[in-house]
Amino acid sequence: METSVANLESPVSGHNSNESVLCVEELHKYYQMGDNKVHALRGVNVEINRGEFVAIMGASGSGKSTFMNILGCLDKPSAGRYLLEGIDVAGHDKTQLAGIRNRKIGFVFQGFNLLSRTTALENTELPTLYARLDKEERRARALESLRLVGLADRTDHFPSQLSGGQQQRVAIARALVNSPSILLADEPTGNLDSRTSVEVMEIFQTLNDQGLTIILVTHETDIANFARRSIVFRDGTIRRDEIISRRSVAAELIKTMPTLED
Amino acid sequence: MDLLSTLQIALRALLRNKMRSILTMLGIIIGVGAVIAMIGIGQGADQTVQKQIATLGSNMLFISSGSATGGGLRMGNGSTKTLLESDIVAITRECPAVVAAAPGVQTSAQIVYEGDNWGTRVVGTTPEYFDIRTWPFESGTSFTADDVTNAANVAVIGETVRKNLFPSIDAVGKKIRIGTLPFLVVGVLIAKGQSAALSEDQDDTIIAPLTTVQKKMTGQPWLRFAMVSAGSRSSSYVAQQQIKALLRDRHRIRPGQADDFTVRNLADIADVASEASKVMTVLLGSIGGVSLFVGGLGIMNIMLVSVTERTREIGIRIAIGATEGDVQKQFLLEAIAISLLGGVIGILTGVGASFVISSTAGWPIAVSTSAILIAALVSIAIGVFFGYYPAQKAARLDPIEALRYE
Repeated sequence: METSVANLESPVSGHNSNESVLCVEELHKYYQMGDNKVHALRGVNVEINRGEFVAIMGASGSGKSTFMNILGCLDKPSAGRYLLEGIDVAGHDKTQLAGIRNRKIGFVFQGFNLLSRTTALENTELPTLYARLDKEERRARALESLRLVGLADRTDHFPSQLSGGQQQRVAIARALVNSPSILLADEPTGNLDSRTSVEVMEIFQTLNDQGLTIILVTHETDIANFARRSIVFRDGTIRRDEIISRRSVAAELIKTMPTLED
Repeated sequence: MDLLSTLQIALRALLRNKMRSILTMLGIIIGVGAVIAMIGIGQGADQTVQKQIATLGSNMLFISSGSATGGGLRMGNGSTKTLLESDIVAITRECPAVVAAAPGVQTSAQIVYEGDNWGTRVVGTTPEYFDIRTWPFESGTSFTADDVTNAANVAVIGETVRKNLFPSIDAVGKKIRIGTLPFLVVGVLIAKGQSAALSEDQDDTIIAPLTTVQKKMTGQPWLRFAMVSAGSRSSSYVAQQQIKALLRDRHRIRPGQADDFTVRNLADIADVASEASKVMTVLLGSIGGVSLFVGGLGIMNIMLVSVTERTREIGIRIAIGATEGDVQKQFLLEAIAISLLGGVIGILTGVGASFVISSTAGWPIAVSTSAILIAALVSIAIGVFFGYYPAQKAARLDPIEALRYE
């Protein structure tokens, strides 16, 4: 399977600038579970700049999923500030948050979350529908996005006709279609075999090289090592935040991996 | 999201579960179909009743002599001897709203033609009778005013009598006997059919000059009834009042005393009939309304199932930027699409059904465009009303929960 996505037009502008894309200050999140009050996030401070590739790690219950949901504007913090491109998201209503999710954030999920019985092209097009773009623009962007992930020849395929890796690439194309500020990937390789996982990480690295800010949630150190920076959560706080020194390069690694043939 | 794309998504969702969509529509199809068919049939039946009443005669009033009372016995209508031919002449002359009047007596007799015989009603009247009842001739003509003056032995026969005595030959010019008297048939009347208002076979009759029947058969100089024609439907009410006043005066009935005659207005009978069919329409319409309501509940039910089934899809849509309004619109449009489609199929079914029933019953088809338009609007309203809650439920889903839903 070819995974070449190099030498493509950059989906985002600006490269490796030190401009802050998101900034979180003293973030707290409480949940009421019956009589118990769960303190999921206990004062998180982090700043992520444009062009970074951050892996967020932690055991289940560490608060990383809660943190991702807040970053993705699917959930609101109980206390603290969340600035996305300098704008405090806390003051936004539901409709405005939907707009932010639509235009500034691209989601990639573990389970792909494509609409079944809907073609790759239509799945990719979906966010542009909610962005209220006109038909030609929608089609053009979706095709471009699919080309970016190497699926230009699979536009009319249904998810059921695609392999797991291809489905995840459609999901990435969908996440990119509105040229978001950040790409949020929640365990994107969780359902994939190791070779396909590396292929997906190759796409991420290529996109990141072109300037896209990527935040990747994973519990696998192997996968986290494809990122440039790792943040480790534990008990609702950031335990470690460091630059990954010996970073894996997917494009090289993939050459050493055997192709699984049935 | 724009309306067209939302509509496409909604229609695709319906096509995905074709069987379920059709079953869900069934309630609306039956409801709308029933209402359309019932309104169509009701209006058709109403028109038929009105037409049948009109066959009795145009703007006709019917005067019958009243009930005679003797020794505590009340003999019933037609038993008094006070209604006379001179009364009818006076009515024609003195009541401005009356266009024409024909006196009438009635008896029954056995009619004999060669070997066959037939018992029927014998009516004695004047030639005006046929005009007042708007009763044209199949063949031959009416007897004349001279025949009435001369008490001539001539007769006009109804279709039922003709069928029984002259099944294959022309009756005009044939000699018959009424009782023991010889008569010449001068005319055959066109078939009027069964009268819905009087519930009798109007064609089973033989009509002869008034004087002939009075002098040669009954031997009674008084009248049994009279038929009066008014200029229009509205003037028939005026004529009724004028006739009442005139007859009370001529019969010297003091104020407070009961009439010795009755005047019936056919417009009244028509009004009663159309009132009855209106009640019928309301009744049938409400039955249709109930099935529409049940159909609406079916839509609501299936939309709730659909929202639950597609929780994950809703989660995905919200995550990638659908607003509450977008999600709500999508599901609302789906509900409207189901019920409107059901409504359209129901309209077609209803029109088809009323066409079939009307043609078997020989009624005019009366499916009004307003009924169809209202049915379509009601279908949309049902979609909105019963789709609102499920759509609201979908729009309010928590995306985090929805994305985790298996």
